[in-house]
Amino acid sequence: MSEKVLLVDDEEEFLEAMAERMRQRDMDVSTTASPADAVRMVQENPYDVIVLDLMMPEMDGLEVLKAVKEKQPDLQVILLTGHATVEKGIEAMKFGAMDFLEKPAELKVLVEKIKEARAQKMMLVEKKIEEKMKKIMHEKAW
Amino acid sequence: MTWEWEVIGKTGFQFFGKILASVSHEIKNALAVMNENVGLLSDLAEVAEKGRHVDPSRLKTQAERLAKQVRRTDGIVRNMNKFAHSVDEFSKRVDLGEVLELVCALSARPASMRGVTVTLEPPADKIPITTLPFLLENLLWLCLDFAFDAAKDDKAVTVRAEATKGSARVTFSGIKPSTGERAERFPGEREKVFLSALDAEIVPDEGSGALVLRIATNRVL
Repeated sequence: MSEKVLLVDDEEEFLEAMAERMRQRDMDVSTTASPADAVRMVQENPYDVIVLDLMMPEMDGLEVLKAVKEKQPDLQVILLTGHATVEKGIEAMKFGAMDFLEKPAELKVLVEKIKEARAQKMMLVEKKIEEKMKKIMHEKAW
Repeated sequence: MTWEWEVIGKTGFQFFGKILASVSHEIKNALAVMNENVGLLSDLAEVAEKGRHVDPSRLKTQAERLAKQVRRTDGIVRNMNKFAHSVDEFSKRVDLGEVLELVCALSARPASMRGVTVTLEPPADKIPITTLPFLLENLLWLCLDFAFDAAKDDKAVTVRAEATKGSARVTFSGIKPSTGERAERFPGEREKVFLSALDAEIVPDEGSGALVLRIATNRVL
């Protein structure tokens, strides 16, 4: 099953080119240039990963990160920025970002991060299922 | 050094830094678009190497996209260069319309980040003034920054430069009419220092809310 990715960036030409390259690598990619739309799309679709620009009009990447983590805590978030500083990276991780890359990012590196992110998400989901099963079995045992 | 020049110095450094940070961000964004489109060309080349057909129009599209980003980056760097050269001479004869055009271009990204569109209405003729170019750019920037915060609900700010009898004028429209609190806030102490250095004044139009900046046409230090 291919990775389900949401790309969010206010530069539409960047989105188009990156999405096409990712689709050529068998990823299921959706895009939006609107941070507000991104938050709505995350509620309606089971994405594995969201790749998000840090600096956007309306809402910045960190605000979107906080909003999507509230709705989908298992969703993995990779932030892209024009200037990666240690401070920004720490702040991003504090709010639950999986990783933080500087633009222009090498697609090969990004694809690896996306695969890692999906594996991480699947692990979290499996753990939750396991805990639910244990709880049911414990209750049924009585 | 008087305290006024300390304010101008500090504000000027901050202004310079903000402009360069904004320009560098714009260049990075353009590079990111180019990077992906170059990557896409590379992907298409791999497809062709495997013996599969690649539609030539795809290649043409990629070439056009790259050319567009090169033009975009060239424009950004050209504006950065003009801005950098505005400190070559402290006092100089300049065209107010061109100075305003430059500041509006440099403000486009910060405006966009705040959801504001800036429209420049070009003057009919050149408006030559002798002034302190870098200080004028800084003051125009401060006026735009205020206009972005005070913009009406449609978030559309219009800027226009005109020659008037004995002076020149820049009007910032699309701003909410001034309330008592806002009238006290702008121009603040910082802006007043710049106004004094440039022999200029800010006159709010209380009816429309527009901000009018009147500038001396022969300011020499």
